Amino acid sequence: MNEIKTHAEFSPHESKRNFLKYILSGGLFALAGSILYPILAYLNPPKQGEVEISSVKAGKLNEIEKDSGMMVKFGTKPVILIRTANDELRAFSATCTHLDCTVQYKKEMGVIWCACHNGKYDLNGRNVSGPPPRPLDEYRVIVQGEEILISKKV
Amino acid sequence: MNFSWGKIYSWINERVHLEDLVEFLGKKYVPIHRHSVWYYFGGVSLFLSIIQVVTGILLLLYYKSGEELAYESIQFIMSKVEFGWLIRSIHSWAANLFVLAAMIHMFSVYFGKAYRKPREMTWLTGMLMFFLALGFGFSGYLLPWNELAFFATKVGTDIAGVIPIIGKPIMIFLRGGEEVTGATLSRFFGFHVAVFPGIFTVLLGIHLILVQRQGMSEPLGLENTLGNEVKTIYGERSRTMPFFPNFLLRDLLLWLIVLNLLAILAVFFPWELGKKADLFAPAPAGIKPEWYFLFMFQTLKYLPAQLWIIDGEVFGILAFGLVGFLWMLVPFWDRKSSKGEKNRFINYIGIFIVMYIIILTILGWT
Repeated sequence: MNEIKTHAEFSPHESKRNFLKYILSGGLFALAGSILYPILAYLNPPKQGEVEISSVKAGKLNEIEKDSGMMVKFGTKPVILIRTANDELRAFSATCTHLDCTVQYKKEMGVIWCACHNGKYDLNGRNVSGPPPRPLDEYRVIVQGEEILISKKV
Repeated sequence: MNFSWGKIYSWINERVHLEDLVEFLGKKYVPIHRHSVWYYFGGVSLFLSIIQVVTGILLLLYYKSGEELAYESIQFIMSKVEFGWLIRSIHSWAANLFVLAAMIHMFSVYFGKAYRKPREMTWLTGMLMFFLALGFGFSGYLLPWNELAFFATKVGTDIAGVIPIIGKPIMIFLRGGEEVTGATLSRFFGFHVAVFPGIFTVLLGIHLILVQRQGMSEPLGLENTLGNEVKTIYGERSRTMPFFPNFLLRDLLLWLIVLNLLAILAVFFPWELGKKADLFAPAPAGIKPEWYFLFMFQTLKYLPAQLWIIDGEVFGILAFGLVGFLWMLVPFWDRKSSKGEKNRFINYIGIFIVMYIIILTILGWT
């Protein structure tokens, strides 16, 4: 028995077979990789060359009433502009920090409200009730004459 | 040449030995007991999935994917194409009835412990099909590109994004970018009409072959309590019913009833299209997901922003994921039932989950 085992250990057939096994399985892995990698890379959507926007014109001062809110397109993102009852202009990201819904100004309650899961923010953008975990990002509002400009806070 | 079915049968039989199959069908019996009625829900689910395939293919003839085309093409189907409103309405209603039938089927299998050895794989394929059905529902919901669907998809994909580490790449993969846009619509369309149906067909094939191969399971603990006995044509008392034709005919009768129910729902409660999605409009008041996601939706509403050290929503989502995963693996941790012993614990869990789903769905609805 012992003799055969030693013989097998040093058998040229065995090492040839092992060599072929490694070559073949290595080749199969390489093949699988060369097929899977392009597919996986294809699934990942390419980054769109987005123009970085730093400010937008939201409209004229007379277009927004006191105690109301207005949606503004800030590039691809919605921003909510609010003119408070005591005539202050404020702007926040309109994307709820909870689960990505778009918020609105709720006049009756005097809050920024998200219809999806009943999240509420005060007029400083702070999350005051419901599930939102973080306050809304604030934007800067500048009034130039009649024109309202909204820009990112630096 | 005179035509006869017999000739066709023997022509085929000579080549593929149909008689084996006929013999197999003749020997197939369905057990009769006081819970036999639950056996029908698998068949009802199957029937509804066939309806989905047929109406889905019909809708494909006119549907156009794309931000500027999807909503308009559904409007076209509903207003210009003859019976288009009916086909779309049936597709939407049958989708909902399918989820309902599959749920009833799943819970009846659960409470009957039919998942126990040797039917673990049947349960597993069934559960995967159920999750896939939810995926069908979620992806199909977006295709009309209306306001409700837009926000439902934003929330649903954001939920995927909440999962630690792997969440963000999954969300981007699902959305086809950072935000829900036309790219998301294209992807969901592909999932809905190609990827999911392909996987579903394979799973359904395995599921049905296993059912044929292993026969119907009898609920644990029923062996000793005799069910309704029936007299066979020879006057013997039997606790089984031949599948062919007795059970099959009952199945078909129920399918006919379901078809009628579907027609009534589709005609008298036509599925609405709603407003076209506006990427910059706020979420409308009273927004809700489909009823089968309501209990999770309602739970997310109740969870506080912060729970211990993690965000409430992260906790909720991980908890639902974990429960779903354990539920799917029940045949592997319920050792008692596999040995044929009673396991009341399983019933308590099941009753709790059913009650939880019912109560939170009602709360979410009102």
